[in-house]
Amino acid sequence: MSLAAPISSSVRESASQPAGSAISLVEITRRFGHKWALRGIELDVAYGDLVVIQGHNGGGKSTLLRVIATAVQPTGGNGHVLGKDLRREASEIRAESALLGTANGLYEDLSATENLLFAARMLGVRQPAEQVVKALAQVGLANDADERVRGYSSGMQRRLALARLLLQEPKLLLLDEPFNTLDADGTALVHQFMASTRERGGAVVVVLHDLARLSVAPSATYTMTMGRLA
Amino acid sequence: MSAAASWTRVSAVAAKDLTAERRAKANIVAVTSLGALTLLVFGFAIGPDVATLRTAAAGILWLSVLFSGVLVFHRSYQIELDGGALETLLLYPGERWEIFAGKLLANLCIVLLVEAIVIPVALVLYHVSVPDTWPALLAVIMLGTLGFVTLGTFYSAMASRTRSREVLLPLLLFPMLVPVLLAATEGSASYLVGNAMGDAGAWLRLLVVFDVIFLLGALLVFEHIIEA
Repeated sequence: MSLAAPISSSVRESASQPAGSAISLVEITRRFGHKWALRGIELDVAYGDLVVIQGHNGGGKSTLLRVIATAVQPTGGNGHVLGKDLRREASEIRAESALLGTANGLYEDLSATENLLFAARMLGVRQPAEQVVKALAQVGLANDADERVRGYSSGMQRRLALARLLLQEPKLLLLDEPFNTLDADGTALVHQFMASTRERGGAVVVVLHDLARLSVAPSATYTMTMGRLA
Repeated sequence: MSAAASWTRVSAVAAKDLTAERRAKANIVAVTSLGALTLLVFGFAIGPDVATLRTAAAGILWLSVLFSGVLVFHRSYQIELDGGALETLLLYPGERWEIFAGKLLANLCIVLLVEAIVIPVALVLYHVSVPDTWPALLAVIMLGTLGFVTLGTFYSAMASRTRSREVLLPLLLFPMLVPVLLAATEGSASYLVGNAMGDAGAWLRLLVVFDVIFLLGALLVFEHIIEA
């Protein structure tokens, strides 16, 4: 498996980047029942940025990523992601962004190849079979491609979830505790993926408890407390 | 969004669900066994009178399909919830109705497979012979199944967003199924034991109307209930 060197700080200047912000959120709120998970979030992320969000459990970090990914709609406020309106152009945002949540989102009764082929067809990937083989090789699962995911270790499942993102080449990469259950090689894969996304001019937002696990300095670090970003 | 891209996504969802179902053989065996057991138990409850059994055959057959189908619908979204796959599924680009259509297609295949096994069992247990008008009977079964599976797939999606989904699904589904169940039962009975009132065709047309309404309604509303 080939691992990229840590991305340099010149990435933001050298990559071809569209005008405007990758993420621009204004007064975003989200309520679940009686509980406010997000309270007046203001966030601006430029293309090429690597932004880290930290905070205590239950602070609203994962909810914020899910709102940006259009997995949940905000209760209030407005925003643009990749130049698209968060509410009205959710499908367009989904086509160009990728979220790796805390759950891997895999089908345990399917093999790794079948999981990725399904993802490739849903994503409209051209030559899906070839891309799936390539992605599996990239994450080091080529030899276990036909095994059912049920028999995979948690680290292998995380790698497979990462392989699903590799099919997409997103402009916006959203990662929620991406290093969970990954070994050193797996961690390097995540770094490589973040670097390649930024090299293409895309932005990366990572929810992370342990900043020491990042191999490069982030463009900005925010802390979320009780649904507020600071 | 092109029709070809939509069909790719619809067929991908259907193929994925059917593959997962094929791998979990125990589930399909359980569903089919429940259908056959329902027929058997109701048969015992009715008693040995052949004329009564024949009269009740259509209704009990549809009830056995109903009970089996609930397990199929529940499983349909359970495979999405098990590995946290529902959110990933909803984050793929494309229209939400494509997900619904894929799941509907897969559930239709599974319920038709169950019917292919329980219908011959019902014919034997309830002393009913295949009528000469079997193509019309087949049309009633297909249309009734389509309406039933459309509602089942829709309400299981709604129930999947709640904690008490196992209890909620039949509570939501059964009342809404009454028109389809009534038309399918009466239509089937007309062809199985004779069309005394000459209204078999009317039940068939009613099923077509129900199917069109439920299918269009579900396709249009699915986006809102799955994102709730």
